[in-house]
Amino acid sequence: MIQHLPILQVIIPLLAAPICFILREAKLVRWFVLLANIMAFVVSIMLLQQVNVHGTLVYTLGGWEAPIGIEYRIDELNAYLLILVTSISTVTLMAAGSSLNKEMKESKQTYFYIAYMLCLTGLLGILATGDAFNVFVFLEISSLASYTMIAMGNDRRSLWASYQYLIMGTIGATFILIGIGLMYMMTGTLNMHDLAERLVEVEQTKTVFTAFAFFLVGVCLKLALFPLHLWLPNAYAYAPSIATVFLAATATKVAIYILLRFIFSVYGFEFSFSHLPLTEILVSLGLVGIIAASIVAIYQTNVKRLFAYSSVSQIGYMILGLGIGNKTGLTATLLHLFNHALMKSAIFLALAGVVYRIGNVNIKNFAGLGRQMPWTMAAIVIGGLSLIGVPLTVGFVSKWYLVLALLENGWWPIAVLVLVGSLLAIAYIWRIVEVAYFKAPLQNNQSHKEAPPAILIPAWIFVIANFYFGIDTSFTAGLSERTAELLFGVVK
Amino acid sequence: MWMPELPAFVPFFIGAVLALVTSGKVRQAILLITPVLSGLHLLTVPVGTILSFDFLSFQLQVFEVDKLSLLFGYIFHIAAFICMLFALHVKDTLQQVSGLLYAGSAIGAVFAGDLITLFIFWELLAVTSVFLIWARRTERSYIAGLRYLIIQVLSGVILLVGIIFYAYKNQSIDFEFIGLGDTASWLIFIAFGIKCAFPMLHNWLTDAYPEATPTGTVFLSAFTTKVAVYALARAYPGTELLIYIGVIMACFPIFFAVIENDLRRVLAYSMINQIGFMVVGIGIGTALAVNGAVSHAFNDILFKGLLFMSMGAVLHMTGKIDGSRLGGLYKTMPKTAILCMVGAASISAFPLFSGFVSKSMVMSAALNNGYGWAWALLLFSAAGVFHHAGIKIPYFAFFAHDSGIRTSEPPKNMLMAMSIAAVLCIAIGVYPQALYSLLPFDTGYNPYDATHVLTQTQLLFFSALAFVWLNLRGMYPPELPSVNLDIDWIYRRLFPAILTPFFSTFWAIDRAVRRVFMRGVNGLLDMISRHEPDGILSRTQLSGSMVVWVTIVLAVYLILSFW
Repeated sequence: MIQHLPILQVIIPLLAAPICFILREAKLVRWFVLLANIMAFVVSIMLLQQVNVHGTLVYTLGGWEAPIGIEYRIDELNAYLLILVTSISTVTLMAAGSSLNKEMKESKQTYFYIAYMLCLTGLLGILATGDAFNVFVFLEISSLASYTMIAMGNDRRSLWASYQYLIMGTIGATFILIGIGLMYMMTGTLNMHDLAERLVEVEQTKTVFTAFAFFLVGVCLKLALFPLHLWLPNAYAYAPSIATVFLAATATKVAIYILLRFIFSVYGFEFSFSHLPLTEILVSLGLVGIIAASIVAIYQTNVKRLFAYSSVSQIGYMILGLGIGNKTGLTATLLHLFNHALMKSAIFLALAGVVYRIGNVNIKNFAGLGRQMPWTMAAIVIGGLSLIGVPLTVGFVSKWYLVLALLENGWWPIAVLVLVGSLLAIAYIWRIVEVAYFKAPLQNNQSHKEAPPAILIPAWIFVIANFYFGIDTSFTAGLSERTAELLFGVVK
Repeated sequence: MWMPELPAFVPFFIGAVLALVTSGKVRQAILLITPVLSGLHLLTVPVGTILSFDFLSFQLQVFEVDKLSLLFGYIFHIAAFICMLFALHVKDTLQQVSGLLYAGSAIGAVFAGDLITLFIFWELLAVTSVFLIWARRTERSYIAGLRYLIIQVLSGVILLVGIIFYAYKNQSIDFEFIGLGDTASWLIFIAFGIKCAFPMLHNWLTDAYPEATPTGTVFLSAFTTKVAVYALARAYPGTELLIYIGVIMACFPIFFAVIENDLRRVLAYSMINQIGFMVVGIGIGTALAVNGAVSHAFNDILFKGLLFMSMGAVLHMTGKIDGSRLGGLYKTMPKTAILCMVGAASISAFPLFSGFVSKSMVMSAALNNGYGWAWALLLFSAAGVFHHAGIKIPYFAFFAHDSGIRTSEPPKNMLMAMSIAAVLCIAIGVYPQALYSLLPFDTGYNPYDATHVLTQTQLLFFSALAFVWLNLRGMYPPELPSVNLDIDWIYRRLFPAILTPFFSTFWAIDRAVRRVFMRGVNGLLDMISRHEPDGILSRTQLSGSMVVWVTIVLAVYLILSFW
């Protein structure tokens, strides 16, 4: 049993999806899906324990050895992210029932849950696998599932958003496939571990450079790095609230994982950072993304879209940390992966509560909500404080490491720009605070009650996590530091 | 009393939560008992680091106690009690809860043993106090509060940047002596300076304090700037630059205070002036000077609080606060008038009142350490204080011409609060050893020697004489208090005459440059705001243009790779 954990992690949600079809009844499916998620969460915790005890776990599928068969490789980096994805998905599902009841017909809900589970399968598969082609397969599974989820939003624009995401996502996936194909052509292997060893011999060829370029651009599209983020705001804004929570918290993080895995474990730090213009391109795009997306966020009237832009800018922080190319920077990125997921889950879940009561998230309708829905608004404000990077919240911890990393390289002008990004975050959070707490409610919004506990409690679990991991940093910062060392340790 | 490791701010935060959920008499009891219990608790705590825990690779020392922080801790408890009592009649959850949180944040800040904890409370001070301004619930106070908040938060952000630089360089975040030197220390210094109302950075104070509620201003006057004084005293004692800054702070507000009509704004100016004395003391940095600075902070909280309370009472009862529209109130508010005069005497440093025993320490220190010029300028500003705070405030509010306003004494709790402050002012003035024993250094200083008493009395006497004379000659028009001192003439008539031609050319150039620049900035902002939320960056793009971007990034990347 224990030795099968890596595959169980992926197979549980994968099998759960068709079983949902059999169960049919949305009410039943809801509990079943939650159960499957809890199991996946438990498996991920056990995996981390195993990794802590035994080091990297290697699991060969069907007993076929590595270069021929597919192998799953779990080290600290993926164990950490597996926990992140399964925990967020589990807590999000707790709120799914009541939020979905409000946003879609009961007959459609089963399909939503199926798409949700498939998306989860894809994400977990990407994290667990040690095979480059397998990454592509799981990426497609999760992407197709997420297009479906987005298209199920009750705003008609969600169809367009989903379609655009489909086009862009497919281009991204194709680029990734081209990259993997070129690598395969040069090395004759698809196993990442093997790739890493064989790429050394051919790394100075133009084909490998091109492979890397296609791969990088494809992944950057998936992770919505500015200016390849254009699909993201609408996709987040018009998707069902629960889908937004799940995708915002996990999908882009997993894409960043792919990037990390290939830069560090496959190509190696040396090659990525010294032969290729990675630092220049990641730092400059990251920075522009931080500033530009924050400015755009300030002027948004749809609050979900506002936070979608804020996600783009937060992704900028992660990419910036990665682009710095030192250990502290990588730690900052890994921390921010985790921390940003916590912030955005809290915020988007609270927004799900707003949608539940009001029906939309236009900023006009937030007037007076500070009094009418104090807990919901408090969750949004605390999530916002975390986005700004106020101490005692998780946002502070990751910004702290990021600025330290920049100072280590002596790049203090960039450090200043990072802090300017924080000031811009104050501006867009303040807009919401001002409307919610200082404006009288609109005529037709006089009598809104607090969001239902089914949404509020999961949202507050994330809020408390925002504080908890902001104060006790030993789990996140410790693990991130170890992982960063591990990734730098495999420098060839 | 109980567990000593309970940080001193915790009771206040608990009290705030309790006050939030209760009402009426129960809440009033909570408001009063919180500072008392917390104060008793503070008396039992030992010196040293009491509570700390790990954070990142550092130690957060949430509760660190030494003599300096204890002194501020005590006075903040006293101030919190007086403020709460003064505001007891107010039926406004917002004000009372934020008042408790604000006092708690100030106390948390002075017991912060590391810079990050300090920063947290630094920002909490800003966020909790702004509600005392907004609680007036007027458009004007909202805007003023917003300006206040922006500047205060900015101060915190600068502080944070400084802290990060500092931590990176020193691998430590302990809050101890920093001293001016590298970038980090300058950033932290500027952050402290903003909260301390350094000249040019002071406008938030005179802008926002007079806009707060009658009771809110009393709170505000007690905490924010004194936390900054404390921070300076800990991190920058003996920084010579502070002497210059302090002297300017002591002098320039005098002119503004004299021509100002809003009496609470007059007090706001005089507050900067008093902080100037403290800053000079910290700048000199000897044991005597720092003692003087912190004890003056201690006293200032009491007498400035008393003055703000008396003006708050006047505003509360009459709804007016402009000097030109008040007058003759002594007939109906005799007790308030007397209490106000006690405060006025203290701030003017009359012997036997509290201001004297601390201000003279700073003055002696300046003289002893060869800063004669600073001493002279401080003397001048001391005369000015007497003029605008000692005489002008009580005179225009309670005497002068009879404005015809007939009111009554303020509510009992206000009178009680003022009386406690007044008694403390006199008690410290008469028996300064009680205060001296709390000071961080033991200097055996005695304020009541012949020189001090004589100098001060002479100064006050002549200053009073000038006022009376100007008033009798009709040169001190009470309705439009704008021109009074001869020095005033210099800066309002003589300087302009000489400097106008020079400045007019300078200003013309400046204006032109500014216009061009501002036009550019405004154009940019216009463009952004006109096009948002459908601007170029946030418009929903067609899929084709998204693909164009993909192509561009890929192309750029490939070109760079093959370079």
